[in-house]
Amino acid sequence: MIPAAFDYHCPKTLGEAVTLLVQYGDAAKVMSGGQSLLPLLKLRLASPEHVIDIGKIPGLAYLREEGNVLKIGGCTSEAELEASDLIRTRYPLLHDTTRVIADPLVRNRATVGGNLAHGDPANDHPATMIALRAQIVATGPRGERVIPATQFFRSLFTTALAADEILTEIRIPMPPPRSGGAYVKLERKVGDYATAAAAAQVSLTPAGAIELVGLALTNAGPTPIHASAAEQHLTGKTPTAAVIAEAAKLAASATQPSADRRGDVDYKREMARVHAARALQRAIERAGGR
Amino acid sequence: MAKHAIQLDVNGTVQRAEVDSRLLLVHFIRESLRLTGTHIGCDTSHCGACTVLLDGKPVKSCTVLAVQADGAKLRTVEGLEENGQLHPVQQGFWEKHGLQCGYCTPGMMMTACALLERNPHPSELEIREAISGNLCRCTGYVNIVKAIQYAAEKHR
Repeated sequence: MIPAAFDYHCPKTLGEAVTLLVQYGDAAKVMSGGQSLLPLLKLRLASPEHVIDIGKIPGLAYLREEGNVLKIGGCTSEAELEASDLIRTRYPLLHDTTRVIADPLVRNRATVGGNLAHGDPANDHPATMIALRAQIVATGPRGERVIPATQFFRSLFTTALAADEILTEIRIPMPPPRSGGAYVKLERKVGDYATAAAAAQVSLTPAGAIELVGLALTNAGPTPIHASAAEQHLTGKTPTAAVIAEAAKLAASATQPSADRRGDVDYKREMARVHAARALQRAIERAGGR
Repeated sequence: MAKHAIQLDVNGTVQRAEVDSRLLLVHFIRESLRLTGTHIGCDTSHCGACTVLLDGKPVKSCTVLAVQADGAKLRTVEGLEENGQLHPVQQGFWEKHGLQCGYCTPGMMMTACALLERNPHPSELEIREAISGNLCRCTGYVNIVKAIQYAAEKHR
């Protein structure tokens, strides 16, 4: 399969990339690792006239804690995230997630920023970033603006990014003590999109009640599903089996899955419920709770 | 549509070419360089038959543009043998019957090489995880794992 003809641009700086985006507007697509975009171009589901490769701009791939924030450069590869001791030890939700994205070969080129900017509800990082209450930094001709992950995903393949903006950084608030997170995914085989998957991040009070919680679901509707009713139900409560079960039920009822080869609507909703419960349970365990 | 001048190191030899924006790396390797050891399997970035090492990392060359490889070091299956001596991974596939039809073999071997360079003594689980993006439709995974273990022993 060969993509339709396009012009490839390889800006050397972020400023140059933004200038190209302003110049070409809707006729351009930004490419980071290309692992979502190139398959689309090959299937001719998209045929932009211009592809702007930001993958070779220096300084867009990094992972560091600054102040009370973890900063992830937009072009950081999934493989870098997976190999990071900082991520493995302090951000288990991110570590879980990166290990189930596509396969190890794809992860060598796929980037965290690309996984979000693509706007595919079947991608795994969107739910993760909602659960972590991440802030997404968009850089455009008017400078930077910060968009909460909870408001970033607008509709199928549509994000809050304007046509002349590039996703340059993800900021994640450093979790307080007694925090834990987990991502649990049901997939038919390595590399498949989720039949159902859930991202949970919790912080406990010294007495073991839930102080903060983020819960979101992958591939269960036209956007990642932010399970806010479930979060409200959990907040302030001691996470007993009954409390978790009720939260998982609330999360599942917020889903709008569509039937495909992975299963029918009822099956997917049930799997969303089961995996929401498992993700919560594991997150609570990792936070030092029961 | 402008052509792009690219220059890259392919198996130790500098190659220069003028390529279209949309030319895929795997087509450049097979059709321009005539290195047909790299296979096209699914062409949808699922199967890994087209795996090559780009700056030492295994990637699916059907999902990389040739122009993106400008300035890179590229290693294909043809670059494994040195001075008439098969690479330990190739010896492993030979000795342990790591192939049946052979279609996935070049990609499997490139992934295995990258694994052993990063982790010379992988566990069976680590081997299986590393090759999880390479499909063998003969399902000969048991012998593929043995072949990689053989190569790891040789490396010792």
